[in-house]
Amino acid sequence: MTLFPAVVEAHLAVLLIVVPLIAAPLCSLLRRESLAWIFAAAVSVVCLALAVAILGQVMANGPIAYEMGGWASPWGIEFRIDRLNAFVLVIVSAIAAVVMWYAHGSVRAEIGGDQQPHYYTLYLLCLTGLLGVTATGDAFNLFVFLEISSLSSYVLISLGAGRDRRALTAAFTYLVMGTIGATFYVIGIGLLYMVTGTLNMADLAVRLAPLADNTTVLAGFAFIMVGLSLKLALFPLHLWLPNAYTYAPSAVTAFLAATATKVAVYVLLRFLFTVFGTDYLFEELTLNGFLLPLAVIAMFIPSLVAIFQTNIKRMLAYSSVAQLGYMVLGLSFASITGVTATVIHLFNHAVTKGGLFMALGAVLLRTGGVSLQNMAGLGRQMPLTMAAFVVGGFSLIGVPTTVGFISKWYLILAALEDGRWPIAFLILASSLLAVIYIWRVVEVAYFQPALEGRKIEEAPLSYLIPTWLLIGASLYFGVDATYTLEVAGSAAAHLMGNGG
Amino acid sequence: MTAHDAILLSLSIPLAGAGLIALFGVRPNLRETVTLITAGALFATVATLYPVVTAGELPSVTLFEMLPGLSISFEVEPLGMMFALIASFLWIVTTIYAIGYMRGHHEENQTRFYAFFAIAIAATMGVAFAGNMLTLFIFYEILTLSTFPLVTHAGTDEAKRAGRVYLGILLGTSIGLQLLAMIATWAIAGTLEFQEGGILDGNITGPAVGILLAMYVFGIGKAAVMPFHRWLPAAMVAPTPVSALLHAVAVVKAGVFTVLKVTVYIFGIDFLRNLDVTQWLQIAAAATIVLGSLVAMTKDNLKARLAYSTISQLGYVVLGAMLVTPLAIVGSGMHIAMHAFGKITLFFCAGAIMVASHKSEISQMRGLGRAMPYTMAAFFIGSLSIIGLPPMGGLWSKWYLVLGALDAQQVWLVVVLMLSSVLNIAYLLPIPFRAFFSTPNGDTETAGIKEAPTACLIAIGITSVGCIVLFLFPDAVYNLLQPITGP
Amino acid sequence: MTEVMSHFNYLVVVVLMMIGFYIVISGSNLVKKVVGLSIFQVSVFLLYISMGKIIGGTAPILDDRFTVYSNPLPHVLILTAIVVGVATTALAGALIVRINEAYGSIEEDEIYRQDGDA
Repeated sequence: MTLFPAVVEAHLAVLLIVVPLIAAPLCSLLRRESLAWIFAAAVSVVCLALAVAILGQVMANGPIAYEMGGWASPWGIEFRIDRLNAFVLVIVSAIAAVVMWYAHGSVRAEIGGDQQPHYYTLYLLCLTGLLGVTATGDAFNLFVFLEISSLSSYVLISLGAGRDRRALTAAFTYLVMGTIGATFYVIGIGLLYMVTGTLNMADLAVRLAPLADNTTVLAGFAFIMVGLSLKLALFPLHLWLPNAYTYAPSAVTAFLAATATKVAVYVLLRFLFTVFGTDYLFEELTLNGFLLPLAVIAMFIPSLVAIFQTNIKRMLAYSSVAQLGYMVLGLSFASITGVTATVIHLFNHAVTKGGLFMALGAVLLRTGGVSLQNMAGLGRQMPLTMAAFVVGGFSLIGVPTTVGFISKWYLILAALEDGRWPIAFLILASSLLAVIYIWRVVEVAYFQPALEGRKIEEAPLSYLIPTWLLIGASLYFGVDATYTLEVAGSAAAHLMGNGG
Repeated sequence: MTAHDAILLSLSIPLAGAGLIALFGVRPNLRETVTLITAGALFATVATLYPVVTAGELPSVTLFEMLPGLSISFEVEPLGMMFALIASFLWIVTTIYAIGYMRGHHEENQTRFYAFFAIAIAATMGVAFAGNMLTLFIFYEILTLSTFPLVTHAGTDEAKRAGRVYLGILLGTSIGLQLLAMIATWAIAGTLEFQEGGILDGNITGPAVGILLAMYVFGIGKAAVMPFHRWLPAAMVAPTPVSALLHAVAVVKAGVFTVLKVTVYIFGIDFLRNLDVTQWLQIAAAATIVLGSLVAMTKDNLKARLAYSTISQLGYVVLGAMLVTPLAIVGSGMHIAMHAFGKITLFFCAGAIMVASHKSEISQMRGLGRAMPYTMAAFFIGSLSIIGLPPMGGLWSKWYLVLGALDAQQVWLVVVLMLSSVLNIAYLLPIPFRAFFSTPNGDTETAGIKEAPTACLIAIGITSVGCIVLFLFPDAVYNLLQPITGP
Repeated sequence: MTEVMSHFNYLVVVVLMMIGFYIVISGSNLVKKVVGLSIFQVSVFLLYISMGKIIGGTAPILDDRFTVYSNPLPHVLILTAIVVGVATTALAGALIVRINEAYGSIEEDEIYRQDGDA
């Protein structure tokens, strides 16, 4: 089954990057916001179709290796797409397409004015960067795409300044932290290049294998780890995230929360398991002795902090940091089940958090704020929005029939297979913290009467449909997880199996 | 209608009912008609499965695979058959009662009430018919969440606090312990299917068995084994029909039912009997029985007293399960049925008193028997059944539990059971006696109090008769349950 | 000592890097932070460029007279990185302008103080 003509099928990998990259500047030429939106939306749908076609190809025929401009690897830049990044590509482009639908109303309400076409331009650029990071097989090229996505996301976050000037300082802080992270990554790559003379990931993996004791490699690894941890907001390097998510426009938060950190997790997976390999990291360096406690702390402290937030967007941001802890926990087991848990949670958390932030955007639209008090009485006034929020909350808790349950299931299974009962118990205990912070909102929304004289209508359909698309997905894939698990499981097996 | 269809229908009828109730919310008469018809249709559907199960068949349906190797599937076995029959029958009765109660009490948000009630019943059916532990767990959690709006129905601060306790304990135990135990079972045995003889035999030995079993027993918070019992008294802020059907029958019985299922079909009777790990859990159950009764005596609020009585009575079922002798298991199963009829009668009476006289404290009920003779007579019948005196059904389940304890050579447990019966007499019987034979004192004026609404009285009558019928024909229940203990 | 001197380029890189990093962390003026960030990035550029250099080597132009070439790849990479660095600095500058408009200050303490009141 092919979606596109043969010519297109042969160049899917590069088209996925080139299409949004070229579309971005074109978009800024469109002066009317509706036109810009229609154009950007069409592009994001095309990206989704391309990504789905890539996943289809990879599932059927194995990994795609695309040599950019015909330069043979390892000299030229190579795009190498296996099941893992094909899956991540689909996640990113699917979220992008859904959020784009949502963006129209939300951007008009929260950004407004003639900045709107810029929003769509940057959105497409950010998408290009994220897709590029995911698709590329070249370590330095990855840095370039990472910076494309980061620079555009700094601007996207600062667009929230129209509503709250703190968006500017949040964006600035993110810029400083993000740049430090990216620079650390470049240092690490430079050190690896000194030793191996290659930048191609697959080639790096081959050449690094006999160099286990080399201190330069070790230093390079450390720099890359710290750099990526900054980008993925691994506790305690998460300080940029809560403000950035809180003050960014809703559509930006929904998009970034669902994709940006997930892509960083993907890069971490790629470096840990493909480039460096488990034998080296987990058996010689006993990296799990370091990652495991970090992940457990990351599950608890941000969840505890979330409980005390009165700004719900910030609460969800802290929850995101905690959820990233789960992902790192999964990979720190260095087993197929553990990595499966990470990959499946990548998807599961993306749909859940995307949906939750979109629901909050609707609350912002109707009540003018996202603090706890704004939620009073919304259970009656905005039943569909709040129902979406509650279902999303259930998924964060890990209630069965939501995707969160599937993630927890695999995480715990991985912990038990590893013989780590206490960790399994801690995973569950931390989910109970999610019960507390979600339930605070539920109680206010459903038990407190609406503020006097406040007339609030349900959110418009342009908000509700995309929100429920993601929330619906978090229900659907929570009940029937066989396909996502097949992809995630085989991606994990492939990643752990032959390092390619 | 094949058994296959009947299983699916018994899940979808209450759900469809919930939808229709929400649809007809603005027209109370139509809404309540829909509820009644739904309840009737559900019972009729469940009843068609009865001859199939008594014939020794185990009809099953597999819906789809949720995780690789794990399906959402249903299988009707005797225990689940009995549970579903009781819950669906009592739903009809409770609906009749609720119509009288909710109107008499002028409750608000009745549409939400009836809709979530129906969803809770659907979840109960799911628990009863679950074919594997995963399916059971899913419906168990849906039951928790769908009853939350019922518990907090009043929307007051007190209801909100109670809701927190309710949800906190039930979600905390189920996610923190039960889920962990389930995933551990999956990791150990590679399956979660309910199978005769269990799935763990031969896969696990030593103290790990005891830890796993304890994680199940305490993790099934709905069974209210102390110290995880606080949610049940908290849930009493709910309207009385909820306390009656859900917190004396459906929810708590879902808990002890799950304990029985785990004992019989996950661990296996033969496997557990040869290990002494059950000793500690017997002690926990015995402590729950005695302490629950003792606390009940101190409560002046009638619903609170009944709630602690329920905690104590649930201990019987858990105790029977932990004795793991065939007689005790059957006794446990029978006690689910016997206690259901007895306790729902008592709750119906408590609600009727509240509607008719606005009294909730026992000390105010002196002399009430003259104003509300039928209600108080029914209360007497229900009390006898809970105590386990003839001519009430409660006698039989205690009979088998005592036999089971003797069978297991645990004489001290026989003493516990007897002691508990004495305590039951002490906290239950004075209520109807004082109502009939004491004269009201000054501040408890009974003048002007009339008997409860007719709809309530009909419901009370049905369940009281049920207690007596179960005494006369206990073999129907016994014969249904007997096969679960194996050939 | 010769060991250190033969790797003096690394020394320069490390010193520059630490200077830049220190300014980013300690500076409370936003412009100074950006300056520090630039120094930090430039140190990494130097790391790359100097590692491509081979003593006695020349530019990689194919000609019979030369046999030793410097590695051109790091230079090319850094060309890209410089572009990224310029974009980052420009964006940071733009953000600072907007922050100055919104707060009337580019001192971190002052900004936090204002938001604390708000």
